[in-house]
Amino acid sequence: MVEALEDMPLLWVLRDLIGLKGTKFGCGVAQCGACTVHLNDTAVRSCSVPVSAVGENKITTIEGLSEHGDHPLQLAWQKHLVPQCGYCQTGQIMNAAALLKSNPKPSEDEIEQTMAGNLCRCGTYNRIKAAILTASSGLKS
Amino acid sequence: MKYLAFPKKKQQRVASEVFKATRRDFLKAGGMLAGGFVLGVSLFSCDNKGNKKGPFAPNVYLKISDSGEVIIIAHRSEMGQGIRTSLPLVVADELGADWGKVQIVQAEGDEKKYGNQNTDGSFSIRMFYKPMREAGAVAKQLLIQVAAKRWDVPVSECDTESSQVIHKTSARKIGFGELAGEAAELPVPAAKDIKLKSRAQFSMIGKATSIIDLPAITSGQAVFGIDAAVEGMKVAVIKRCPVVGGSVKSFTDEKTRAIPGVLQVVSIKGAGLPATLNKPLAGVAVIAENTWAAIKGRDLLEVTWDLGPNASYDSNQQIKELVQKVSGGEGTPRRNRGDFKSARANARKTIERTYIAPHLAHATMEPPCALAVVKDGFCEIWACTQNPQGARDVVAEVLGFPVEKVKVNVTLLGGGFGRKSKPDFIVEAAMLAKQTGLPIKVQWTREDDIHHDYFHALSVQHVVATIDKDNKLSGWNHHIAYPSISATSDISVMQPDDGEMMLGAVDFPYDVPAIRIETHDAKTQLRVGWLRSVRNIPQVFAIATMLDEVAEARGMDPVAHALDLLGPDRNITFNEEIVKGTYPNYGEDIANYPWETRRMKAVIERVAKESGWGKKLPKGSGLGFAAHKSFLTYVACVVRVTVDASGKISIPHVHYAVDCGTAVNIDRIKSQFEGGAQFAASFALKSAITFKNGRVEQNNFDGYEIIRMPDSPKEIHVHIIDSEDKPTGVGEPPVPPFAPALCNAVYAATGKRVYQLPIRLNG
Repeated sequence: MVEALEDMPLLWVLRDLIGLKGTKFGCGVAQCGACTVHLNDTAVRSCSVPVSAVGENKITTIEGLSEHGDHPLQLAWQKHLVPQCGYCQTGQIMNAAALLKSNPKPSEDEIEQTMAGNLCRCGTYNRIKAAILTASSGLKS
Repeated sequence: MKYLAFPKKKQQRVASEVFKATRRDFLKAGGMLAGGFVLGVSLFSCDNKGNKKGPFAPNVYLKISDSGEVIIIAHRSEMGQGIRTSLPLVVADELGADWGKVQIVQAEGDEKKYGNQNTDGSFSIRMFYKPMREAGAVAKQLLIQVAAKRWDVPVSECDTESSQVIHKTSARKIGFGELAGEAAELPVPAAKDIKLKSRAQFSMIGKATSIIDLPAITSGQAVFGIDAAVEGMKVAVIKRCPVVGGSVKSFTDEKTRAIPGVLQVVSIKGAGLPATLNKPLAGVAVIAENTWAAIKGRDLLEVTWDLGPNASYDSNQQIKELVQKVSGGEGTPRRNRGDFKSARANARKTIERTYIAPHLAHATMEPPCALAVVKDGFCEIWACTQNPQGARDVVAEVLGFPVEKVKVNVTLLGGGFGRKSKPDFIVEAAMLAKQTGLPIKVQWTREDDIHHDYFHALSVQHVVATIDKDNKLSGWNHHIAYPSISATSDISVMQPDDGEMMLGAVDFPYDVPAIRIETHDAKTQLRVGWLRSVRNIPQVFAIATMLDEVAEARGMDPVAHALDLLGPDRNITFNEEIVKGTYPNYGEDIANYPWETRRMKAVIERVAKESGWGKKLPKGSGLGFAAHKSFLTYVACVVRVTVDASGKISIPHVHYAVDCGTAVNIDRIKSQFEGGAQFAASFALKSAITFKNGRVEQNNFDGYEIIRMPDSPKEIHVHIIDSEDKPTGVGEPPVPPFAPALCNAVYAATGKRVYQLPIRLNG
């Protein structure tokens, strides 16, 4: 149970009040995707969702994506050695996880369009795409 | 557990780079408690008799505990380049350690213990590969000596594997832990007696090793600067003067203080001018219970500034003025060969072009942030810093503490690219923590980062190339103007410094009879710093796109042209032609790291072969080529583009060939090149910072764009030259040749030359 101002973005509630720090701050204006979490099954930018808008909906962060860090995407990320600095990667994984929930077999173009909102300054885009394709190949459509 | 320590007198054996350290040293170094033995490696030099010169200066630590744990200290900062993995694996390989069980401990900033920790300049591997190997090899030799004695067999029959000594003929094995205590009693072998593995014996060097932080990163458990926390920590967000060199006149904070959670509002006196490479800007800090309250409070501050002398700075105006300057007359000569005036007078054809590139921000995905606790005359910092020692020194200076009373802990860095080698944000945290007595985390927002970076400075260049009656490139005249990094520390500096000129300007390697490189005045009215590959970016953009034009004018293929211009196999020294000073060669003696045209030609030939250079492409497609040596690593690049009817550029293929000497971690070399291409694609296609009225006009990733997945280069192929030469770095070298190769590809596809970055700004 935490108390927060109602306009406090979900990002800071997660990070500062609850202590779930896998969700990262990148821009504060929904331009970079580092703070991506799931609101029910949809990817949202937690920096731009006031906590008052969450209501009774279910929030999933990277910490809750899988019990042992072994979601198919997390494993695929490891297989393709995706991360460099790693800072944006939890947001990338959460965005990709929402994509695969709604579209288990995305095309390369669908992956690119969906992941366009997630910046990676290290430039790991091609490995991210490869990892999403690997994870999706193990999922039933 | 018994701990065997070694008195320092014994450790300081002459002519030996590897030494044994005391337990106390290791405690300070890594906070590890277990017993065993500890090795350090120092880089101090010895005189001819083998006597050590200079102070006792250990550099790295390796520890083997009585229970067989191998602990390796990572003393360089991890920001995505993989160094926390790549240097420890070198130790582990030589030692024969079980990699899966090696513990890696991040070092705090301490120059006396670790030597240079400033993680920039692509030199971690270059500088520390050999000492790391020696540390591992010495430990292995000592462990083998103990085991061989115990078994009563010759040491030559023993080897190490999976953290055990094995007797090859009898297949007997003893774990390192059982040997560590006795090994600790043995003297360290002299440098000449250290036996390093042959290449064929390597188990990890030259292969692909995944980074040690990988599972922590994918599960969200990795600790970056932003994740550091202590009990009772408060968050500070700062409103900084929008113009560099300004100061706070007054401020009103009623609205700020009305925000629940806001605790204090504190003025920060900035460095003024010069802005310096390590001190904060003037500002007003809002300290709050949480980040959101601090941000809200900051946004409601009303500050009256004295904007100072840079309040009229207009970067587009500066570009216009510099265009006149560089194309209008003589500058300060920096390199001279032959007689360019005569080459020009006798030219059959003269090509003259002006090249423009904008200011750039680093925009690390993790904005700058630092946590400081000041208590009882001691300051402890946790920060995403590339330069913990520099941070420690300046924090000590600003707080008035002895340097021993400042401890800087290094977290993972969410990107660095040169930004986080500047400790201004760490000093902010330390100052506020001292003033308030509270543990303070300073958090920069993205807007703060875009507005107040140490920018990669804009540049304007003018190149004149002359072709003689025999169709030879007879003269090369390169005029250069940009705000110098040096001016951030000394506002009287008006021209590029020698270090900047080394980065792809005076080290023009082509065998042209007349070469004249000149610089012109450019005032610095912003904080200028270094960004991944620094001045190589604009200087090679101008050189390699001009060479493409010269090749065309001479009726030659650009790749054949480059090979021809490099001339016969030779080592270039540059010194005799540099007008003032000597060629710095990235800090290395040019006798040890020569500029070898043979190696450059080899990467060019390799990239041409791998990329299918020369093949006919459909309309709207093109291949472009550029090659460049930077940070002592040779790189050639071919980019393929397609340009549609609307002018939209796609990049389906990139090929790189690289000679970085011995390849240590193949996967991280490839990933640095993949990322280098994307980093360069950002500034080639998208990014630009502009100043108006002394203020940055962009605010966030909407105004300051970096490349996104749909527009990013698709297939990036990295071809590594097989080599046993000394290893050199790969963090920066992928960046410089990409943009000119892309621009040359755009020309091949469209017939339009690019003279200004980003490409979208060309008419």
